This record gives sequence, C-alpha cells and structure tokens, in this order.
Amino acid sequence: MLYREAGQFKTNYVADQAIFPILQDRVGIGIILLIAFVAVPYFGDGFLLQAVMIPFLIYSLASIGLNLLTGYTGLLSLGTGAFMGVGAYACYKLTSVFPNVNILIWIVCSGFFAAAVGVLFGLPSLRIKGFYLAIATLAAQFFLQWCFVRIPWLVNYNVSNAIEVPQRKFLDMIITGPSATPIARYLIVLTIVVLMTWIASNIVHGRIGRKWMAIRDQDIAAELMGIRLLRTKLLAFAVSSFYCGVAGAMLVFLWYGGAEADTFNINQSFFVLFMVIIGGLGSLLGSYLGAALIFGLPILLRILPDMVGISVHSATIEHLSFLIVGALIIFFLIVEPHGLARMWQIAKQKLRVWPFPY
Amino acid sequence: MDILYKIFLDPFVQMAGAPDLLLQTLWEGLVGGVLYALIALGFVLIFKASGVFNFAQGIMVVFAALTLVGLYGVLTGFGISNQHVAAFIALGLTVGVMFLLALGIEKLVLRPLVNQPDIILFMATFGLTYVLIGVGELIFGGDPKIMITDQLFLPRGSYDWQVFGGFVSFQYIDIAAAIIASAMVAGLAVFFSKTRIGRALRAVADSHKAALSVGISLEQIWVIVWFASGLVALVTGIMWAARSDVSFALQIIALRALPVLILGGFTSIPGAIVGGLIIGVGEKIGEFYWGPLLGGGIESWLAYFIALVFLLFRPQGLFGEKIIERV
Repeated sequence: MLYREAGQFKTNYVADQAIFPILQDRVGIGIILLIAFVAVPYFGDGFLLQAVMIPFLIYSLASIGLNLLTGYTGLLSLGTGAFMGVGAYACYKLTSVFPNVNILIWIVCSGFFAAAVGVLFGLPSLRIKGFYLAIATLAAQFFLQWCFVRIPWLVNYNVSNAIEVPQRKFLDMIITGPSATPIARYLIVLTIVVLMTWIASNIVHGRIGRKWMAIRDQDIAAELMGIRLLRTKLLAFAVSSFYCGVAGAMLVFLWYGGAEADTFNINQSFFVLFMVIIGGLGSLLGSYLGAALIFGLPILLRILPDMVGISVHSATIEHLSFLIVGALIIFFLIVEPHGLARMWQIAKQKLRVWPFPY
Repeated sequence: MDILYKIFLDPFVQMAGAPDLLLQTLWEGLVGGVLYALIALGFVLIFKASGVFNFAQGIMVVFAALTLVGLYGVLTGFGISNQHVAAFIALGLTVGVMFLLALGIEKLVLRPLVNQPDIILFMATFGLTYVLIGVGELIFGGDPKIMITDQLFLPRGSYDWQVFGGFVSFQYIDIAAAIIASAMVAGLAVFFSKTRIGRALRAVADSHKAALSVGISLEQIWVIVWFASGLVALVTGIMWAARSDVSFALQIIALRALPVLILGGFTSIPGAIVGGLIIGVGEKIGEFYWGPLLGGGIESWLAYFIALVFLLFRPQGLFGEKIIERV
C-alpha cells in the first residue's frame, strides 16, 4: 500500500533502466538529500556534525570504494587502510608543494595517486585468487605503512613525523585546519560523497559495472565472453583505490586535522571491510548502511550507559564494546548473510504487498 | 653502482666474514619459523576440514595463554601450594576451556552459517576475534602477564656453542619449543593417518558431501578440528609467551604468519611447516643483512614479499592442491 508501483508505466528503455524507477524512491532520495544538505547543518550541533556525520560520510565513501572491488568484482582486499593512507599523504604533499591551488582539487587528485598504487598492488590478482589474493593485498598494507613511517619526505620532514593539516580556504571559507567550522567541512564532505556516489552508481550500472560483475560471478566464463581480465581487474583496483584515496584524504584533511602512519593501520582496513560485508556486498546503499552501523555502534555503546544512568568504567566499556560489536557481527551474518541492503529490499517488498501479503 | 654493490655483494661478504653470526641468525630464523609454522598449522587444520579461513587463530593463541596464566593465578590463590601441581591443573583446565570454546563456536557460529560463501564465514571469524578480545580483556585485563614457564618445567637459560672462532647461543626454551612442536606435528600426523577420527577428518577435507553420505557427522568433525587447533594454539601460546610475555600484541604477530599460509598452501600441513621455516629464516636474514640498507623494520612486510614471489610461480602455494577450475 505504502510503497507500490501500480500505475507507474514505463514507456521507454531509459525509464526502465533508471536507477530509481519508482516515484517513491525518487521522492525518498530527494527528501534524504534535502535533510542532509539543509536540515542537518541547520539543526545539528557541532558534536553531531564533527563526531558523527563527517566520519560516517567519509567511511561510506571508503566502503563504496572497497565494495566496487570486493562486492562488484569479487576481489577480496585487505589493503584499504593503506590506500586511504596513500590518498592522505599524496594530498598533503601536493598541497604543501602547490599551496595556492584549491585544496578540493588536490583532494580529488590524490585519488589518482592511490589509484596508481592500487593498480601496482592489483597486479598479482591475475595469478592468484580468493584468500590468497586477500593475503597478498596485506603486503600492500604492511609495505605502504612501513613507507609512511620510514620516508620522512612524505611528511615534509616534520619533527612529529605526522601530517599536520595546514589552513586552506575555499571561496573565502576556511575548510581545513583547526579553525574551520564543522558546518563548512560537513558540506564539503557531503558534496564530494554525494557526487562520487552518483558517479559510482553510473559506473556499476553501465558497461564497466556489468563486466566487473561478470568477472565476479565466474572469471573464466567472463574471459571466454571476450572481457579482458587484465584490464578490467586492474580498472576495478584503480577505481576502488581512487575512492579509498579520496576518502583517506578527506579523513585527514576534513576530519582528523592531522594523522600519523598508524592512522592507516590494518584495523582501518578491517573496519571498512566490516562495513562492506555487514552492509551488503555489491550494493551502494549497503555501503552507507554498513558504515552507519559499524561506525555508529561504538558511539552508541559509549553514550548509552550515560543515558540510562549507569556509570561504568571507561575501560570496561571499551572491552564490552569489542565484545558486543563482535557478537553483533556474527548475529547479523547469521540473520542475513547478504547484509543490511538485502534486509532493506525485504522490507521494501513487505511494504509493497502490505496489508495483503498473499 | 655503489647501491648494487651494497645489495648484491656486501651482505654476502658479511656472511662469509662472520659465519658464527650467520649461524646465529639462521638459528633465530628457524626458531621464529617454528612458531610461525605452529600458528599456520592451526589455520590449516581448520581450513582443510571446514573450508573456513579462521582469522581468529591469532587471538585463540592469546586467549589460550591468558586462560592458562589466569587459571594458574586463581588456583594458587585457592591455596594449592605446590606450584607445579597448580600449573598442570591449570593446563588441564585450559584444555577443557579450549574444548568448550570449540563446542561453542561450532554451535553458535558455524552451524547457523553452513553453506554460506567463504567470505561470510571469514567475516564471522572476525566477529569471533572481537568477541574473544572483549572477553579476554574483561576477564583477565589488558596488561601483559608473565608465562608460568618454570612451573611447567620449561627450561630457561642458554647454551653457547663455540664455533668458527665465535659462538652461537641457543636458548633452551627454543630447543624445547622445537622438540615439542615436532612431537605435536608427529602426533597429529599419526592421529590423521591411523585413527578412525583422523580418517574421517581426511574424508571431510576431501569432500563434505561424500563424507556426509558415508555417515560421517560434520558437526562432530568440526568440533574436533576446532579443538585440535585450539590445542595447537595453546602450545603456540605457551612457547611464544615464554620468550616474551602474554599480551594482546601476540595477535598482531599472528598476522605475520599469514604469508606462511600462502607460501605453503592453505590445505597442506607439510606446507605450513616448510613455509614457516622459509619465512622465519628469510625474514631474519633479510632484516639482518639487507634491513639496514632500507632503514630497518622491513620484517613487517618482507615475509609477504617472499610469499608473493613464490606465488607468482605457484599460485596455489608450494604444497597446495592444484587449482582446477571448471566453468
């Protein structure tokens, strides 16, 4: 009743192939965008923007990146954290060498550096598959992290051996550095993430996306059909790393305001992988849902005892949140191995036939 | 030219110049390799029998060692005055805990996830890792603890072997670790080839469906392999902790054992052992002779590169089964 497509006729292929073919979806996405661009910055306080929304969006972008590789192309990667790091360090280097160029250009350009590194470490994917490949991508993780620590040139020979984000402006608005307001940073992050999601959606719905999915489903069959494995797999690595790189650059420049090599350690990779799997492999919506759940849970667990009025030792909460997050991951996998995106699909179907399920 | 000289000549000159140092490095590499091999062995046991890539093996090592030390503390607190008796009771109880853990994992994690894609099971073991970290820290606290080596009659001290005008020093605990590890591997080999359960295990490893059709209970087998790799984890935990201490940092070291797996092949026990030794020696030699050239700390990724080079020639690992793909 609430969600039905009855009466919405499609009279041409363009309408049939649309990403949001149903009116309710289009209205829904419009409302969500309106809330995100207007309501959240207008009503949200600094804490909501700084500690919840900005990192949520950045991690969503990173998990979209990993999802393009793991969910759409079927190549399991554990090097996400390092690719994010490449983006962050590239952006820092670029903006210190060319301080007058707009920082947003460098944030996007840093993705290309991450893409190049991603292609390099994607090369073994032609020979090795599955978990063997996953461990091979760990090589990227450890090697790049070692580079971040050992090459002081990357951080302009800072004494702290860390990235110190300089102050940069966009249209006379300070958007990076300590004096930037959360609202400005939030809007920048939101714009970039929305645009890149739109691009990703077009990629996966188009020719390239179909090639990727063919490789995921059976790479030998895909090769027999004339898809060139080398190019397509490397393209997947490149695009995925591009997204991760931009996410990493934003993570440092628009959220943390500074980072050392350990920011991009292996736990960062696992964190993003959780989001992809819990959210749903091969779903852009899933990337958002997964990021919301995995990033939101620990915050919720930290706030919850205060709200209920129980005072628990902070170390205990830390341990408990590990325990609960772990248990919930297993729980979600058991309940719906295809992730939150599939749950949303099922819910949609239920809404469609409600109140007469038969 | 100078850099080529430094890479291709200098290290070998050093090796020839100080053979005792080379021997020492080799020995340390082998010892590290034995421990890598043990961790890899735990992975392989589970992967063979259930196709699950068990990421939690590293934390199982920590958890087993923590349980042992924790139980020992409790037992001595209850007034068991003889240290050795307390230590061995704690050891027995820890074995029991590992069995319960295996039982719990099978019931709560594996059984509901039967027939799911590999990556989902892989993720589930991630969840398991987090749960075990949480439980371990809640019960035992996050601070490092000292392994009860003396109480378990593990030797300490070292033996200096005079050779090549210098000496090579062997830690007794390392020798003990090597002996115990070999004994355990031999025991496992006998168990796999001679006993009824071992044959069932190998049947399951070959084909789940065929094993089911001849009446082998998969659930039972899974509990047994998880228990077996829990035992391997316990031994690894004791040996590793005896050299440093019991802390959650061990879990990170377990990540370094992953290249051993791709080198040896996910399904091969001899592969795990040979791979472990190759990685252990390669890592130590590389770090000692070539590390300073690159600014040190190359241990963290060198193993992965060694494994990658091998993989380019044999995508299924040194001893893995040949991958046959059908469309």
